[in-house]
Amino acid sequence: MLARTASYLYWIGRYMERAEFTARLVEATLRLDALSARPAGEAAWSSALSVAAAREDFEQTDESITPTNVANFLTFSKDNPNSIHNCLYTARMNARAVRTALTREGWESINRAWLGIDGRSSVGSAQGTINLLAALIAENRGFEGALHRMLRQESYYFLMLGENVERADNTARLIDVKYHIILPEGEEVGGMVDRDQWGTILQTVSANTAFRWLYRDGLSPRRVVEMLILRRELPRSIAATVHEVASLLLELGKFTGYQGEADRLARLRQQRIRATEIRQIITGGLHQYLQSFIEENRLLSQAITRQFRFD
Amino acid sequence: MARTYFDEIWGKSRGRKPRPGFESIAQWIRETPRRELGRRQNSAEAAFRQLGITFNVYGDEDEAERIIPFDIVPRIFTAAEWGSLSVGLEQRVTALNMFLEDVYGDRKILKDGVVPADLVLCNPGFTPLVNGHRPPHGIYAHICGIDMVRTGPDEFLVLEDNARTPSGVSYMLENREAMLRLCPELFETFEVEPVDGYPDALGRMMQAVAPEGAPGDPCCVLLTPGHFNSAFYEHSFLADNIGIELVEAADLVVDDDIVWMRTIEGRKRVDVIYRRIDDDFLDPLVFRPDSMLGVPGLMAAYFAGNVTLINAPGGGIADDKAIYSYMPEIVKYYSGEDARLPNVETWRCRERDALKYTLDNLADLVVKKVDGSGGYGMLVGPTSTKEEIEEFRAALKANPDGYIAQPTLDLSTVPTLTDKGIKGRHVDFRPFCLSDGKSVTTVPGGLTRVALREGSLVVNSSQGGGTKDSLVLRPESERAEAQD
Repeated sequence: MLARTASYLYWIGRYMERAEFTARLVEATLRLDALSARPAGEAAWSSALSVAAAREDFEQTDESITPTNVANFLTFSKDNPNSIHNCLYTARMNARAVRTALTREGWESINRAWLGIDGRSSVGSAQGTINLLAALIAENRGFEGALHRMLRQESYYFLMLGENVERADNTARLIDVKYHIILPEGEEVGGMVDRDQWGTILQTVSANTAFRWLYRDGLSPRRVVEMLILRRELPRSIAATVHEVASLLLELGKFTGYQGEADRLARLRQQRIRATEIRQIITGGLHQYLQSFIEENRLLSQAITRQFRFD
Repeated sequence: MARTYFDEIWGKSRGRKPRPGFESIAQWIRETPRRELGRRQNSAEAAFRQLGITFNVYGDEDEAERIIPFDIVPRIFTAAEWGSLSVGLEQRVTALNMFLEDVYGDRKILKDGVVPADLVLCNPGFTPLVNGHRPPHGIYAHICGIDMVRTGPDEFLVLEDNARTPSGVSYMLENREAMLRLCPELFETFEVEPVDGYPDALGRMMQAVAPEGAPGDPCCVLLTPGHFNSAFYEHSFLADNIGIELVEAADLVVDDDIVWMRTIEGRKRVDVIYRRIDDDFLDPLVFRPDSMLGVPGLMAAYFAGNVTLINAPGGGIADDKAIYSYMPEIVKYYSGEDARLPNVETWRCRERDALKYTLDNLADLVVKKVDGSGGYGMLVGPTSTKEEIEEFRAALKANPDGYIAQPTLDLSTVPTLTDKGIKGRHVDFRPFCLSDGKSVTTVPGGLTRVALREGSLVVNSSQGGGTKDSLVLRPESERAEAQD
């Protein structure tokens, strides 16, 4: 496979995942803010900007943090490199350039998602935005469906690799940002928490009902954090993506015939998370744990770039 | 009174009585409700947009990606019509390739005075750089698109030869896909020759023309200028359907006169390149130095015999419209037979009498640049204003060598879905011929372009043209066999 093709596929995977994550984030925050009995207000929107790593770019716009401004910035803005609009634009441009490596279904799902947002600016009402986001998320499901029907060859593995590296990053940032807000200083881990707030997090990683299946005895921050980091059963947990990335690299090695630095880093990470318990994470400091994971994930992505000659 | 054109379904009966053999399609047109046809046509266009079968119009930034309008009413060739067309195409394409090999080789045809030597050797389309270099298997124009028009039941004329990098074949294939899905009843009524063998035929041709010394399973690639190119969809479509890599210049590197592509496992040697980049941009070391689309050193690898380029550089001379006017003589010279497909009568303005005739009759003629394409830089006398004609007259006088003139043809019409119902619209036709040095293959079908505006004779997509599916019917005898 051409190195350029591999690189484009990897980034299609990353941008499609980022678009979906951002869509879920905005949708969940809107629900929390607009539809719940107690609007979360500025704090919720400010943290949404942090989760999407868009705070600095937003501050450049000189706009105030209002639900409409932030939702539009995360969804439609051309100035925000990570807006859903720009993610889908880049994913589609890449997909157009490497169409031959995608199936027809795969291309169509990306193109449809793009056509769904191209030319839209603001939707006005919260309900209007939620409807648009729901449609985008559905298109993204179509993309995943198309992905899973692809031949298990290099194309498939590079798309999946990008998707999982991105997913790991997103989930880690989501927990990191939200944990601070939900658990104000001084409050004990395990104490009562705001159900609406936790609902937002679970919704962002599509795990509302999953939680109830894994934990029968009620919502606690410790359990939610354990599920999002360590439970492999949840496809968007950090552990699930860590295992997935390691095995995707292993599959790619069968095609290229060699392994490299990316494999080493991925397996190291895999061994470590297997031996980790939630108690250790909390004791050692959740924030430190997540920050070092995010950094490791970045280094792994760099190693992938070098190993497969993307540049 | 309006002129009566030959209609491919109704002949000259003005919609009263179909031509023999066209009764069932006439019935289909009459019986399928207009709204139903409109619905199907919209659904086809929606699908094309979703697939991204778009083209970019240069200089039109607002609407960077457009689809070419698709017309749901197909054009039909009977087996007999196709039979004589394909024999004529084979003869013409073979002669074109022999001509190219000759003018870059022994120049016999020039020495024998059949074509004036200065017209070839001083032509901008002639590429002195490839002079004396015989491409692998002696083939220059592996893929030819021959533009044809029709003026009567048996009058098929060649309008233009495209021996460089003809485009449009993806429309032949996608239009058929759409028709099979949207009008399945047509394919029950008619036994239609399939067109979907084209990518395989193209792939086989590519393997067959690999350089000597290439492995038995040569590495073939399609070289595209990139995804901003107007024909990018076609490039990716073809690469995908042949099953070869779609590469950009940055993916290729030439080292020691060998072409390599950069893969995730390192370099891989390339033997055959179907390039969709014009000669001028192929290699900045020998052609335009400012080309970002080309691969430095590619021509050196080509001259070393290490890679086959499809089509070979230098083929542009055969596209020249002044050379075109000699095609009947060229065919006769190499095949010893009369050309089966006649040319359109052509006045070469470089000749004094022809120039005088052209200037005297500008209002009735079509005048074209010898090296023009895409419907740009031409004058259609009968539909032009006095000012346009006078402007053109000045340009023509300033550079008579640069132009040819042809009569305004009574192009055939095919029923087409319009705002005012089903009306005849003028069409042309581009079949695609593949040459591998041993034989010429023409997949039964091609690209029918239709001038959607009433009375218009310009079918180019950049000028408001659309496309139709072109159905070639199976011979009666084969149909009987198929039923046994």
